[in-house]
Amino acid sequence: MTTFPLPLNVIFLKVGVYAIYLIIGIAFGYVLESSGFNKSTILAKQFYFKDLTVFKVFFTAIVAGMLLIFGAAAFGLLDYNLIWVNPTYLWSGIVGGLVMGVGFIIGGFCPGTSLTALATLKVDGIFFVAGGLFGIFVFSETIDEAPHFFNGSYFGRLTLMDLFDLPTGVVALLVTLMALFMFWGGEKLEDIYGGKDSSKAPKGRYIGAGVAVLGAIGLIAIGQPTNADRWNWIADERQAQLDNREVQIVPEELLHTMHDSKLNLVMLDVREEKDYNLFHITDADHVLPEEIPGMINEFIALPANSLFVIMSNDETRATEVWKYMVAESVPNVYILEGGLNNWVDIYATPYENEYCAGEKESPADDEFKYLLTSALGDHCPAAYPHLEDHEHVEYEPKIKMELKRAPSAGGCG
Amino acid sequence: MTTVTETPSKETFIKRLFNRPAKEYWNAYTGGTLLGIVLFLSYFITGNGLGASGGLSRFVAFIEDIVAPGHVDRVPYLIKVAGGELNALDNWIVMVAIGAIVGGFISGLRNGRVKWETNRGPQITDKQRWFWAFVGGTLFTYGARLARGCTSGQALSGGATLSAGSWATMFAIFGGAYLFAYTFRKLWN
Repeated sequence: MTTFPLPLNVIFLKVGVYAIYLIIGIAFGYVLESSGFNKSTILAKQFYFKDLTVFKVFFTAIVAGMLLIFGAAAFGLLDYNLIWVNPTYLWSGIVGGLVMGVGFIIGGFCPGTSLTALATLKVDGIFFVAGGLFGIFVFSETIDEAPHFFNGSYFGRLTLMDLFDLPTGVVALLVTLMALFMFWGGEKLEDIYGGKDSSKAPKGRYIGAGVAVLGAIGLIAIGQPTNADRWNWIADERQAQLDNREVQIVPEELLHTMHDSKLNLVMLDVREEKDYNLFHITDADHVLPEEIPGMINEFIALPANSLFVIMSNDETRATEVWKYMVAESVPNVYILEGGLNNWVDIYATPYENEYCAGEKESPADDEFKYLLTSALGDHCPAAYPHLEDHEHVEYEPKIKMELKRAPSAGGCG
Repeated sequence: MTTVTETPSKETFIKRLFNRPAKEYWNAYTGGTLLGIVLFLSYFITGNGLGASGGLSRFVAFIEDIVAPGHVDRVPYLIKVAGGELNALDNWIVMVAIGAIVGGFISGLRNGRVKWETNRGPQITDKQRWFWAFVGGTLFTYGARLARGCTSGQALSGGATLSAGSWATMFAIFGGAYLFAYTFRKLWN
């Protein structure tokens, strides 16, 4: 199992977690200041091609950060599913970006750099921060007038890999090559407009460029972990849970969970559509196993009180889906013990019996065993049994909600 | 480091601290690599990237919550961070922003760059520079809130994690700045 990112809230008290973020912030500010980001004239000169320091720092950081993140993910050290990837809100992102660009050329800073300017007593930086606070105030007072624009064009966790349908390593290589091309062009521009002489710049940067390209090619060669790889990392622990039946919950436990308003219960009915139409539990979503991979990010982004219960006619198909989801780091996933066949056994009422012409003689594994004369869907009592209508059966609760590891909001949240 | 024989008084110590000779900034590629490493460590340890405007945003909400708590509870955007009993400053991003100020100060102090000054182009006065810095800051954070992140939280963090929307925002930031660079050339040249 990948160890990183760390489940900070489980390991440390809140003060410890905050201390970690403070240290990260200090390192961030230190590097920004040391790179010259506290000086507005340096920042602004990049837009006149005179001094592209900021441009170079920025894209070098992206390339270095990217190669390290996906390198760590490739070796199974870091779980990419559990790190915050900014969701895409296309048009508010683009318009916001353009407004930021205008603010950048007028103000000479961006928010992060203005903080280091303020820290080093640059008066223009202090005014920028003051203006920044005012801008946020104006935004919070006005944005509720345009909620559709602000919340529209939402694409969720969309990556460049999804967009171009390319492997991660290839995207990383393209980003690296693009950055290197921009550095090369940038240095030429500095020679022309800034009166610099790039031939005197340290030669070590060629070595750095070579290392970055090799790193990106390495990412292509290794590839990112597949679901099978991810399952193998956790197989020992998780297969034992399956074998010891620690994750198969009895219908009674699901029934109690359905009536627990503190939980965000997500029931996934992974059977074929015809079975689902014959009978399903109220509020169970019909999802085919092949649709699951596209929904993982959505599942991980759900609130911490979300609980997933997977169900098929028996357990075979539900177990396969369970393994897939668990390997993708979705928390709190369980299987309905005995599937829908068992559920109907327990909760069928005279109403259902009326539409039942008996059981199939020798149903295959994971096949719906009842012969229904009509497709009931969830329009029958067994689809949503009331607690008080049933005798309470003693059972050992198996659901243990684990704390969420993935950040639910990040970036400039 | 020169050897100092007499014990300096407190005042001269502070004076010396702030009057160190200003050192050169780092090489851009070195600085960028180190920034990338900090960014990576942030993701590696916490699962979150870096951010700046989010901290400022919560600071504003915190002040508003003191001045006009009733108002905060009526504005949907503010309720999320400071509604009811919520403390707007009780969030990791605030720690990163405070850290960035502290880290900038430490680096500035070590390298003799903590200095009360205004950096501006040669054709404008200090006061004009302050005015435009305020206007620019207002626009920048307005855009940053609209785009759900600034150069740090969107362009840098989302850029390195290969978020499609962050790359669109990043190009828009640089595009907007280069597009208007000529219009505002007097401010800087």
